[in-house]
Amino acid sequence: MISLRLPGVLAASLLAVSLPLYAAETAPDAAAAMQRSFEAKKQAGMDRLQQDEVQTLCTRYTTATLPAEAASRIQQASLATVKPPSDGQYLGDYKAGEKIAQTGTGLQSSDDPAKPNGGNCYACHQLASSELAYGTLGPSLQHYGKLRGQSPEMLALAWRKLYNAQADVPCSNMPRFGHQKILTEQQLKDVMAFLFDPASPVNQ
Amino acid sequence: MNTPRATRRALLVGSLLLLAGAAQAETSTQDAIAEYREMFGDDNPAELWQSRGEALWHTARGPKQANLTACDLGLGPGVIEGAYAQLPRWFDDTQQVQDLETRLVSCVTTLQGIPREEFLKVKFGDGEKKSELEALTAYVVAASRGKPIALPMQHPAEQAAYALGKAAFSYRAGPHDFACATCHGDAGKRIRLQELPQLTTAAGAREAYTHWPAYRISQGELRTMEWRLQDCFRQQRLPQLKFGSEVAIGLTMFLAKNAEGGTLAAPGIKR
Ligand code: HEC
Ligand code: HEC
Repeated sequence: MISLRLPGVLAASLLAVSLPLYAAETAPDAAAAMQRSFEAKKQAGMDRLQQDEVQTLCTRYTTATLPAEAASRIQQASLATVKPPSDGQYLGDYKAGEKIAQTGTGLQSSDDPAKPNGGNCYACHQLASSELAYGTLGPSLQHYGKLRGQSPEMLALAWRKLYNAQADVPCSNMPRFGHQKILTEQQLKDVMAFLFDPASPVNQ
Repeated sequence: MNTPRATRRALLVGSLLLLAGAAQAETSTQDAIAEYREMFGDDNPAELWQSRGEALWHTARGPKQANLTACDLGLGPGVIEGAYAQLPRWFDDTQQVQDLETRLVSCVTTLQGIPREEFLKVKFGDGEKKSELEALTAYVVAASRGKPIALPMQHPAEQAAYALGKAAFSYRAGPHDFACATCHGDAGKRIRLQELPQLTTAAGAREAYTHWPAYRISQGELRTMEWRLQDCFRQQRLPQLKFGSEVAIGLTMFLAKNAEGGTLAAPGIKR
């Protein structure tokens, strides 16, 4: 993968550019300060503070402000990470998928690492009409499969979104569930079924 | 009826423990607080922490058998009125930018001679395990109620702390790629039913900052800003934020500065 890492000092000073009051002042090296300000706790180790190239660029820019050239580099590099399901089957069990969408725990220092991680889709998305406790950081996915259909292209697109959201929307706020190993391949298939299965509550 | 205040408070805390269970369920922030007010009016259990803090402030303790009335929170020894409204700020004696919590640690260690580790053994209270830091914080904060937030922001170290806070706010990391900005960077968003203040605007930052520290109904505890920050970092899947660290002070400075001009109403009440 292409390395897009820039020196931290540059990253920090670029961050300060949009700051009207103290623009002239040199911002401290944020990455180094982060290292000094934390300590490992259970499964949340210090390595989690280290940014990959996507995180570095998306700290400095948002989807809207990202320069075109950096955007296409993120997209290409992210696209290369997406692994299609090993048996070619995109859809698993929608009931298991619903549970994953409802579960907000996983990978926090306070979580039991022996338990499967959640996808926490409801934190950010509307899904089943019956679930009113949904967040709005992402678009509504109500009736997703019903509206989009199940063409091979559509399934591949949704899989890519779940696997690595940066492949289509650079600096997306959606976690990279496959690439960052938040969800297993089977869990991704189950969530896919929750989105697409005609019997799924998402499509009622 | 003329119930003595202490009894009323005890009753209040008892019933709050019941409510705490109910509040774990998904209710919106507004609902939970409205429900709370319906039951208890404007009584804020934070007062329990305030009076414990007041007693701690005035009691001679530690190897030096001193009280804290000589503690300088920025406005001179012993002045607590309005002090919180000007924090975090630079202190010459410690050569550091300090928030209220770290400044209280300095006073306790230097004036009373109590070792830092001992005083900080319980940073965040949990039922029977009471935190002296939280009590003292509540006491000092309450003395700035009604005061507008106005930071000195003259010293280069104060400006550097702000710049670091701003950078840390956007720092995306961890398995979920979250930054504070992911959840608090846009207006009118929510996670499940919890409204997310847009902390980069004056309106959003004021709404949040002016009510912290706060009594949290769902936990039955008074929580400080240091607690709030380390808990959001936990949700961000990052390691443990160290108490009083550069990033903790920087983010507090960033939030306080963004909230400047807002009228302090802390300790508040939160879900
Ligand atoms: C932290 C918030 C967040 C979480 C958690 C999250 N998403 Fe997203 N999601 C977003 C955002 C923001 C977008 C829009 C940008 C993009 O497409 O990447 C999005 C877009 C999508 C899209 C594309 C929508 C379209 O119009 O085609 C799908 C599908 C999706 N998410 C599914 C999921 C599923 C399933 C989960 C749970 C496994 C999930 N998301 C978890 C924030 C989130
Ligand atoms: C994954 C989403 C998420 C991230 C990331 C996040 N927060 Fe939060 N934050 C929340 C939620 C949800 C609440 C409301 C909690 C509640 O009501 O129990 C909250 C509450 C707060 C509050 C109190 C607001 C109020 O009005 O009471 C502050 C201040 C805050 N966050 C600051 C931060 C900072 C600083 C960061 C970065 C270190 C951060 N948050 C990262 C979700 C997040």
